[in-house]
Amino acid sequence: MSASSAFNDEKSGSSSVGEPEYGHDPASGGIFSSDYKRHDDLKEMLDSNKDSLKLEAMKRIVAMIARGKNASDLFPAVVKNVACKNIEVKKLVYVYLVRYAEEQQDLALLSISTFQRGLKDPNQLIRASALRVLSSIRVTIIVPIMMLAIKEAASDMSPYVRKTAAHAIPKLYSLDPEQKDQLIEVIEKLLADKTTLVAGSVVMAFEEVCPERIDLIHKNYRKLCNLLIDVEEWGQVVIINMLTRYARTQFLNPNINESLLEEGGSGDKTFYGSDEDEDEDEEEKEKKAEAAAMAKRKPYVMDPDHRLLLRNTKPLLQSRNAAVVMAVAQLYFHLAPKAEVGVIAKALVRLLRSHSEVQYVVLQNVATMSIKRRGMFEPYLKSFYIRSTDPTQIKVLKLEVLTNLANETNISTILREFQTYIKSMDKDFVAATIQAIGRCATNISEVRDTCLNGLVQLLSNRDELVVAESVVVIKKLLQMQPEKHSDIIKHMAKLTDNIQVPMARASILWLIGEYCEHVPKIAPDVLRKMAKSFTNEEDIVKLQIINLAAKLYLTNSKQTKLLTQYVLNLAKYDQNYDIRDRARFIRQLIVPTEKSGALSKYAKKLFLALKPAPVLESPFKDRDHFQLGSLSHLLNAKAGGYQELPDWPEAAPDPSVRNVEVKESVPEWTKCSSREKRKEKKVEKPFYTDSEGESGPTESADSESDSASGLESSSGSEESGSGSESEESKEASESEEEEEEEEEEQKKKKKKDLKKPVQESESEQSSEEEERKHQRKSKPRKSESESESDEDEESESESSQSESEDSESEAEVKKKKKTAESKPPPKPLKKESKKEKKEMSLLDLDDFEPAPSPQVTPVNTFLSNSLVTDLEGLSLSDSVLSPATIAPSSALKSYELLHRITGEGLSVEYCFSRQPFSPDANMVAVQMQFTNSASSDTKNLHIEDVKLQSGMRVKEFPEIELLPAGETATAVMGIDFCDSTQAANFQLCTHTRKFFVSIQPPVGELMRPVFLTENEFKKEQGQLMGMNEITEKLTLDVKCRNEHAIVQRVTTAANLSRVPCGSDKECRFAGRTVTSGSLVLVTVATKEEGAAQLTVNCEKMVIGTMLVKDILQALTQ
Amino acid sequence: MIHSLFVINHLGDIFLEKHWKSVISRSVCDYFFEAREKAVDPENVPPVLQTPHHYLISIYRGKLFFLSVIQTEVPPLFVIEFLHRVADTFQDYFGECSESVISDNVVIVYELLEEMLDNGFPLATESNVLKEMIRPPNILRSVVNTLTGGSNVGETLPQGQLSNIPWRRAGVKYTNNEAYFDVTEEIDAIVDKSGTTVSAEIQGVIEACVKLSGMPDLTMSFMNPRLLDDVSFHPCVRFRRWESERVLSFIPPDGNFTLMTYHISSQNLVAIPVYVKQSISFFEAGSCGRLDITIGPKQTMGKTVEDLKVTVHMPKAVLNANLTASQGNYTYDFTTKLLVWDIGKLNPQKLPNLRGSLSMQTGVPNPEENPSLNIDLKIQQLAISGLKVSRLDMYGEMYKPFKGVKYVTKAGKFQVRT
Repeated sequence: MSASSAFNDEKSGSSSVGEPEYGHDPASGGIFSSDYKRHDDLKEMLDSNKDSLKLEAMKRIVAMIARGKNASDLFPAVVKNVACKNIEVKKLVYVYLVRYAEEQQDLALLSISTFQRGLKDPNQLIRASALRVLSSIRVTIIVPIMMLAIKEAASDMSPYVRKTAAHAIPKLYSLDPEQKDQLIEVIEKLLADKTTLVAGSVVMAFEEVCPERIDLIHKNYRKLCNLLIDVEEWGQVVIINMLTRYARTQFLNPNINESLLEEGGSGDKTFYGSDEDEDEDEEEKEKKAEAAAMAKRKPYVMDPDHRLLLRNTKPLLQSRNAAVVMAVAQLYFHLAPKAEVGVIAKALVRLLRSHSEVQYVVLQNVATMSIKRRGMFEPYLKSFYIRSTDPTQIKVLKLEVLTNLANETNISTILREFQTYIKSMDKDFVAATIQAIGRCATNISEVRDTCLNGLVQLLSNRDELVVAESVVVIKKLLQMQPEKHSDIIKHMAKLTDNIQVPMARASILWLIGEYCEHVPKIAPDVLRKMAKSFTNEEDIVKLQIINLAAKLYLTNSKQTKLLTQYVLNLAKYDQNYDIRDRARFIRQLIVPTEKSGALSKYAKKLFLALKPAPVLESPFKDRDHFQLGSLSHLLNAKAGGYQELPDWPEAAPDPSVRNVEVKESVPEWTKCSSREKRKEKKVEKPFYTDSEGESGPTESADSESDSASGLESSSGSEESGSGSESEESKEASESEEEEEEEEEEQKKKKKKDLKKPVQESESEQSSEEEERKHQRKSKPRKSESESESDEDEESESESSQSESEDSESEAEVKKKKKTAESKPPPKPLKKESKKEKKEMSLLDLDDFEPAPSPQVTPVNTFLSNSLVTDLEGLSLSDSVLSPATIAPSSALKSYELLHRITGEGLSVEYCFSRQPFSPDANMVAVQMQFTNSASSDTKNLHIEDVKLQSGMRVKEFPEIELLPAGETATAVMGIDFCDSTQAANFQLCTHTRKFFVSIQPPVGELMRPVFLTENEFKKEQGQLMGMNEITEKLTLDVKCRNEHAIVQRVTTAANLSRVPCGSDKECRFAGRTVTSGSLVLVTVATKEEGAAQLTVNCEKMVIGTMLVKDILQALTQ
Repeated sequence: MIHSLFVINHLGDIFLEKHWKSVISRSVCDYFFEAREKAVDPENVPPVLQTPHHYLISIYRGKLFFLSVIQTEVPPLFVIEFLHRVADTFQDYFGECSESVISDNVVIVYELLEEMLDNGFPLATESNVLKEMIRPPNILRSVVNTLTGGSNVGETLPQGQLSNIPWRRAGVKYTNNEAYFDVTEEIDAIVDKSGTTVSAEIQGVIEACVKLSGMPDLTMSFMNPRLLDDVSFHPCVRFRRWESERVLSFIPPDGNFTLMTYHISSQNLVAIPVYVKQSISFFEAGSCGRLDITIGPKQTMGKTVEDLKVTVHMPKAVLNANLTASQGNYTYDFTTKLLVWDIGKLNPQKLPNLRGSLSMQTGVPNPEENPSLNIDLKIQQLAISGLKVSRLDMYGEMYKPFKGVKYVTKAGKFQVRT
């Protein structure tokens, strides 16, 4: 950070300032006579065994720190007590440590282990405080330790610890900005947190570390809006300010249509003061015209998320915390439709009763708002009346607001009010009032004469300051219509005798010079008087005297020639060179000599040109380009770290990015911390898990179990698959999603008795697949009783759970258990519907067409699949034969890219096909399935605007020109993820719409299988020891204790191939990362009682760590 | 966020400093002292100052400046509000917020500041949570502590921060369960020379003192809730309930707290309890002036006006005042030019009057404006807006609490122009 250098300077400064003060400190000097003795004494006390002595010593030390005295030489004595049992001593030691650790880095390290121990404490408060102190110690060496601690704490069970972790993020960031990327990951994780305790702190961290990563907010936007009211007040402020910025980038300007209306009627003035200058108006008009054009194209409809934000922040206007009220006020000002902004006025006016500092800030903001939205504050005009007891700065601000609020109807009241102010004892305030009157007079032509008369009366005021200020203001007013007011000019000419304030004298002289034709008699006389006193005048007055002389010479040279000569001569010898220069210049210009240049001809034009009247405008004009309520707005200058408030976008970005359902597409591992979330996710979306179950698990279950234990077990697993599916459908029917049920039914029918038609209606390839499935399926059906009940199915599926590897189907099972009680009622219903729909099934088939295996290489897949079928009965453990084929055939988990609701009928799913991507071997093949369930055709499906982390590349799929309604299409694209799990963001475009989507790979998909022999494996493993090896102990899931289950789960989690192994206690897998080709070696060694050890060797540590997590999860659940 | 805090007394001495990030030299305060010089009046020091490397945001409370140092953009109100919260906390802990008290309790103050901010971001600002962590000092405890070596840091770890209702601690127990509410209204008014009201507003506040065991859930309803259209609540009040039913429903914090404040704006008709007849004039000749003030009751709703007091800031030229008061006493401080007339109870039969002459400095032109009068008063058992609590119900606990509501009307910024 830029400020770090400043710290260092100051640090050294403080210690040098602090030290010599010792002797002068009366508080400490009274107790101890000298520095040495005192510190010895304290050290002794700290070393003693008694807590009370230690406490006393610490209290004195902290008192020293509080007074700004240097106590750093006690560091070794203090740091020893960091593990002290006494809680108060401990706290004070922490205070000391945080203060001096930066200066005594080496010694501070002694304390780290204590905190590391604290981080593991079962008590959440101790964990939190350990993290807090650890992260506050600004010692660069411990950055990795802090990073680790933060990461761990971010997934702590206790929300309080997670909050502390969020607090620690900016601390670490300021210590070492290099950690930004890792910290963003933690922030992303914490942003997903659902507790109010964490929300405020993590948004704070977000604002300090990565305010530009607005994309992290999308998914959490609605949650933040809904939590807002329950977040603690300080967090509310930060969140509201951030959301204001967010909304400005994501929503459309709600006032587009209104500005259009305004333009139509010329009633502009009611909203915009007439003080706006012409250019501004024109510009504005142009803008409006553009906006109008846009609005005509598309009528404005407020995004429901925009509305949500406005609705959820409104109650906070009632907060007792002024900062919260201000935050909401600025949000409304910047985001709300014009008609709704009014609600904030009342709350802001209420704040005016608060402390004067609060008033000061609020009034500044009101002043800015009142220029743009005058109508809003008009009803509260009287609340801005000034009391004689107000501090001057408040008075001046209130005056500003009153002036902004003045219009034709209320000007008389305001002027009456101003009249009382002019009598105030506070002269600065009076001067400001006079200026305010001047501004009212220029803005409202009706009262110009009244104001002018009033000001002229002030000219006879006894206070010179008042008179001077009035002269200056009158001068400006007269410039607007000088011809009418020659008597005022005459009056002012007389004042030159009395007024001594230079600025006022100069103003009068300028006026007389400028309008000397209106006062032909008086002007030369004034010049005569001035010539007399020339030498005693201030510089600014002298310049105006020269000016006056020149102008008179040009208009009335007969009377003033000599006078002018005289003045110019005086000026020639003036001490000030500006005046001498000016005199010389003017003499050359106006006095005709034989040498005088061409310019003198134009002297009159030069001096007596018509000058435009000055514009009196508010200093608060246009301040609203700063976010209101911000420090930058207050200072009217950009403060460090200020985030610009972006302009409204021309067209709204895709709103679907905020749909939380889309979350599904995010791979499991990023949120594996919370189980509920996953469950919830499942509940949300039975439809997709369902279809997944169809294409994925059944197949995988087939091949695996077949090879393992023959046909019998395979049938079991098959049944389990269909069982869980039927459960799914029940659940769905409960939630009244008929469609799914339909599909479910169809599927069943297809399996049982519609084999032939299905084959006919489907494409060749898929029918092939289907056939295989049915063939196998029909066998067990025969062997078992025809009237197999659902309960049977269920129990079976539970017992055979071990076979259904996929975590998805697992979750289904869990859910099934939950719904077990509520099962009986839906059952008959289901059967009925089954019958009902029998006839329809043929028609609806394409809806549930299983996700076809990769189309790019159809032959390949087909081959491999059939290979597996052919190999039925062979044990998979000698899979050396076809290691690569296991992977693709086992569960291709598909993820949702676009939900059909957000996609307006277009739904897109993708899966990692685990096929080599032929155009570029370094890319991961992503297979996408587009389903158009809308009633109209979708055209020109293609990708646009790909946003990638550096190094990543994308090979787009060829444009799909037409996707008729109800049809499904697949395409394959390649993405080079650069061996990172960063998401690839892009827009999916149709001929009408654009959708923001992102694909984030699970780490297991970033590799391709390689074939190694046992020896090679051992050799490679030997080279990847130490840092590159990660070992975890685990307890295997009950259903996953046999070898083949392990193999299956691992290969499902990661695209690896099995390595042959002599021992049956070990399973080994190998692969290479797709981009860099780094080896990934995985070993699972099993022991008794389901205990096991997982070892991952990988050059890329990040990949390794994440892979361990994923596999661990796959094996334990 | 907040980088450092300096507490400065009225003489310009920094007697406390606390840094939440790296240490910032106290020389940064020089910019503040410069502004302080320029402002003459401590109230006129701009709350926000810009220096080459930092921004200084300060508040003035109880003759002390709380000066915070900021390095990056932060809403100024955020900091100001927080600083006031710090001062409030000191007030709450030590009974007052002054230099001597802070210096005497410097360790507690330091511990408090440590808990209130983490890395410059507010952490625990609820007084109930803080009191659980750091016990406020009292005489008994300090005696016991010195004898036994006990500490004033809570032994138990605070749970309040972790709960959904951080403002209330668990396991509160009282033998007498009582809940008292004070409805206090202040009239802010400007009355002009002729006696017409220029602007008048009411600022109301309901202060509560709740000492109830367990987790009581209170509901307060009003006779005329429609009066309240501009309110702000303690976080404990359920806002949605107020929106829909116009009742205050809340689980109260333990002890004293501000339940709600409300504002009745100048658009409404506000009763002005007293009228003032005054004439203050300064004569050119003889350098003297006359003063005559009479106060009488106006709209008092049949109640007695008490603690009546008139304060006048005289112009600089007034040297002394020679007055007679028909009731009460007056004082004139010729250094601050402050005339205070303490009247006491207003007797409608015999209106209080203050009259006499003012002696002026000679050779100085007469002040051209007249000073305005600031009125203080108090009316017991009356909320001038007409607000009335209709009932207070308690749910969630079985015992029967004592309940009480008290109304007071005071003059706030009540000013009569002359």
